[in-house]
Formats: sequence, structure tokens, C-alpha cells
Amino acid sequence: MKSVIADHLVKTYRNGEVKALDDLSLDVEEGTVLGVLGPNGAGKTTTVRILATLLKPDSGIATVAGIDVIKHPDKVRELIGLSGQYAAVDETLTGWDNLVMFGRLYHLGKSASVKRAEELLERFSLTDSARRPIKTYSGGMRRRLDLAASLIVQPKVLFLDEPTTGLDPRGRQEMWEVIQELVKGGVTLLLTTQYLEEADQLADEIAVIDHGKVIARGTSDALKKQVGGERLEITVENVDIAKTQEIVARISTSAIHTDIRTISAPVTTGSIALMEALRALDEAKIHPLDIALKRPSLDDVFLSLTGHVAEETVAEPIKKKRGGKK
Amino acid sequence: MTITKRQLLQLARIPEVLVFSTIQPVMFVLLFRFVFGGSISTGQPGGYVQLLMPGIFVQTVAFTLAATAVGLAEDMKKGLIDRFRSLPISRGAVVIGRTFGDALLNILVLTVMASAGYAVGWRPTSGGFSIFLAFLFLFMFGYALSWIGIYVGLAVKEARTVQSVGFLVTFPLTFLSNAFAPTTGMPRALQYFAEWNPVSSMVAACRQLFGLKNEFGATASSWPSQHPLETSLIYMVLLMVIFIPLSIRKYKNTSL
Repeated sequence: MKSVIADHLVKTYRNGEVKALDDLSLDVEEGTVLGVLGPNGAGKTTTVRILATLLKPDSGIATVAGIDVIKHPDKVRELIGLSGQYAAVDETLTGWDNLVMFGRLYHLGKSASVKRAEELLERFSLTDSARRPIKTYSGGMRRRLDLAASLIVQPKVLFLDEPTTGLDPRGRQEMWEVIQELVKGGVTLLLTTQYLEEADQLADEIAVIDHGKVIARGTSDALKKQVGGERLEITVENVDIAKTQEIVARISTSAIHTDIRTISAPVTTGSIALMEALRALDEAKIHPLDIALKRPSLDDVFLSLTGHVAEETVAEPIKKKRGGKK
Repeated sequence: MTITKRQLLQLARIPEVLVFSTIQPVMFVLLFRFVFGGSISTGQPGGYVQLLMPGIFVQTVAFTLAATAVGLAEDMKKGLIDRFRSLPISRGAVVIGRTFGDALLNILVLTVMASAGYAVGWRPTSGGFSIFLAFLFLFMFGYALSWIGIYVGLAVKEARTVQSVGFLVTFPLTFLSNAFAPTTGMPRALQYFAEWNPVSSMVAACRQLFGLKNEFGATASSWPSQHPLETSLIYMVLLMVIFIPLSIRKYKNTSL
């Protein structure tokens, strides 16, 4: 069953001058994670805001758990959790205050709110700082608290809009762990990100969007295959270059590429090719500085799909749209 | 209600805000009392401070407009309002909660100011009920303006701009009135404005309720200056009738 469906969504800002969503369609299978991957301004936030009942599309249909988002926003709100790019919590209040407040706003009773808040603080390792104002939290802690706030009534569908944007590597790693934990719990998740690695790590399926359209979708592996197969890459000392080229030529049927001391070539047999290469190198007494079987990165995917790397799309003159990045 | 509680909790967590939001009006009381008090002769028993206090009370509650607007704009910017809007709560609750929170703060501020006024010689001469009524008027006036604040906050969105807009509205309104000086000294056109200014009617109403003969307002024996209580009531009801539905609708339709 599809938990989330966006069907031909169109959204323009400034009386049609800026097209944020241009006939965008996607869906998320129940209990799975869809990563919506795209550069800034591609329409990720707009999509999430429409699905989370914060914005009305100009045309198109969106449903969450089978409920029409535009016709019955109140019902949808009972089923979803939303955590945005910016930690939307009250900075002057403590973590505990915030979670209890949100519990109360979800119509939980006082003691139920407190109990739930404490559970969530525990689960997100925030118990020690529960009584400190959010202002004093690190970026990662804020995001975790924000995520906790969206989980108060165990949502059926969770929307995470760029959950790790702006976090340092450690904060990102922690956030990923938390999200992976959640996914094990069976929540349906729609996650937007500009990080190819993040989509690769967390998502079952990836939808690549650019200029308000889905330009490709599939599993991470499928997307990578679309771009091309694996490559064998061996880096050796200068004296060994010629010999290594010979070895690689025996394994690969395609053209060999040499870049300074790195010899690479497409291979079709995967790890078998790698082991073959290792054995041959060993026999020839060559000690490679580095040897690897490289699969195309999602960066390569993006490049081959769009013709440009996954960077912020060059803004049209009045791209500073109100519904997009705040 | 939870939203209201949040604001009170905010105050408890950052007492500085509370301290400064009460210090400012107290400072006004002292400044006006001692700077102008000496040079404006009123002919009222008890001197300028008797006329001044109602003026300052009204000015202070008028600033609720800016306070509400700024608070709301900040919440919007931080994405807090988005989060509230994604919750299964009634759409009016968030803004209603905020106006309540600001109103409660006003009670506190008014109490502190009244004490400061008392300390510098302010003595209302009417009975307890009238004094209570005067404070009720002030409280309601602040509440009504709070709803304009909601509208301004939602419309302008940027907290710092909101702050300026708030002051641009409230400053002329409070000074082009009978709050601090008689309107008789103003150019004729301004006198008309001042007479119909809700701030003037409020000040006049409070003066009357605190037991003063209303000297400052009745310059042209216009209806509002003759009937300050009624005029103030009409203004308050009018503001709320217009701005409560308008602001709630704006909140529902607003998207950052």
C-alpha cells in the first residue's frame, strides 16, 4: 500500500513567475523510506510542505495514508510528524518544557505528556540536558529534540526535511543512527536531502528531483547501475605502472584509463575481478598503494542525469521564493 | 491554553525579559513625572502626575501591539508556527493563546507601574470599583490591540521590521493624543485627530475613572471627548470585531 502519494503537483510562486513544482509525482510504500534528493531550490521543501498540509498546491492531488491532504488536512495532521530544516522548537524553553508543551498540544493529558517527554528524551540521549534551555544545545542536539517533538504521538508517516543540513559530521552520524533506529520501528518516512551519501545510507528508494520534477527514481543500486557498472582502480608506484597496466588489460576487456599513478578500467565480474587483480599483482611482486572496486557515487548519478553536479541550481532573477528556504 | 502557558514559561525561563518589559514603563513614569511634571501646570490637585499616569498606562498597553507582533514574527521565522500548523490543533488556538499570554503580561506590567506611580505621588481619588474598572479598560484595550499585532506580525513576518512598524503605529498614536500634554496646543488639524484618537478616549476614560476632572481632552466639546467611556468601549469592540476574524483568517492562509 502506498502511504504517501503526490500526484502531478504544481506549485508556482509570485503569480506563476517562479515554478517550484512542475508536475511532480512521487509515492512512498508503507513502511519504507523514500529519499528525495535534489539541490537547493529543486522543490524539496515545497513538496514536504504540501504533503504536511502547510501549503496548497496550485493543482494536483496529494494523499497521506489514503487521506486527501487538501480536503481533510485535520485528519492528516493527526497521522504525520514533521521535522524541518530548522529546529522548530522554542529556544528559550528547556528540552523538557518543549516536549511537554508539544504533548499537551497533541491533546495528551498532563501526566501522559510528561511520561512521553521523558521517554523521548531518554531515547534520544537528551536526558542529561533536559533541563537546559535549547539555546545551549549543540546543532545535533537541537535536531534530535526537534525530531523527538515530531514523534510524540507515534506518527504513521514522518516527513524529515533536510534533517542533517548544517550539522557537523559527528552530528550527522548521530542523526543517521537515530533515523535508522526509527525506520526499524516501521514508520513510513519521506526524507529530503541534498547529500547523496545520506540518501544512499538511509533510503530504500531515491527520487532525484531537479527544477520541480522527478528526473529519476529507483533504489540506490538501480540508479548507480543506470550510470554505469563498477570500475577497478589500482594505484601503484611509478615503476610499476607499465606492469600493472598489462595486468589490468588481461582482466578488463574495455579501455584502460591511467591518471598519474592510478590505473582504472570498467569490469563486469565485480569482486572476482578484484581478486584476480590482487593475485596477479602479488605474483608480479607489485604492492599496490591502493586497490578498490569503485561503484559510481550518487554524485556521478546526478551528473549523468542532469548534466550538472548537485549544486544549488542557478537562481532565476526572482528565485527568492517565499515557500522554499526560509 | 498550552500556547499561553508556553509564553508564561518563557518568561519564567528568561526573567530578564520580564525585568526589562517592566523597567521601561517605570522609567517613563519617572522621566515624565520629573522632567515635565515641574513645567506643566495643571490646576488639578495633586499635580501633573495625576494626569500623567493614565496617559502612561495607555501608552504602555498600546505597546502590546508591537510585543505581540514581534513575538509572532519570531516564531514564524524559527519555523515554530509551521510546526504548530502541522499539529492537529484548532487553527485559532495558536494566535488566541498568544494574545492571552501578552494580556497576562500586561496585568503584571500595570501592577508594577501603578506601584511606581504611587511611589511618585499618584493618588487616584475615585472609589475602588472605578479604579478596578479603569484597569479593566486598560487590560481590554491592550487585548484588542494585541489582535492588530497578530495581523501586523503575520503580514510583515520579519521580526525587526515588525518592531519598527509597531513603533511607527504606536508612537504617533500615543503622542498625538491627550496622554502627555493638552491637545489645545496642537495645530487645528491635529487637534481633530487627537480627539478622535482611541488613545485619547482611553486616556480620558481612565482619568475619569481615576476620579479626575477631564481637562486635557475636552477642547472642542466633540462627542468622543464628552463621552470617553462610551467611545473607548466602541473602539475596543470595533477593533476586536474587525481584527479577531481578520487575524485568524490571515493565520490560516498564511504561508511563510
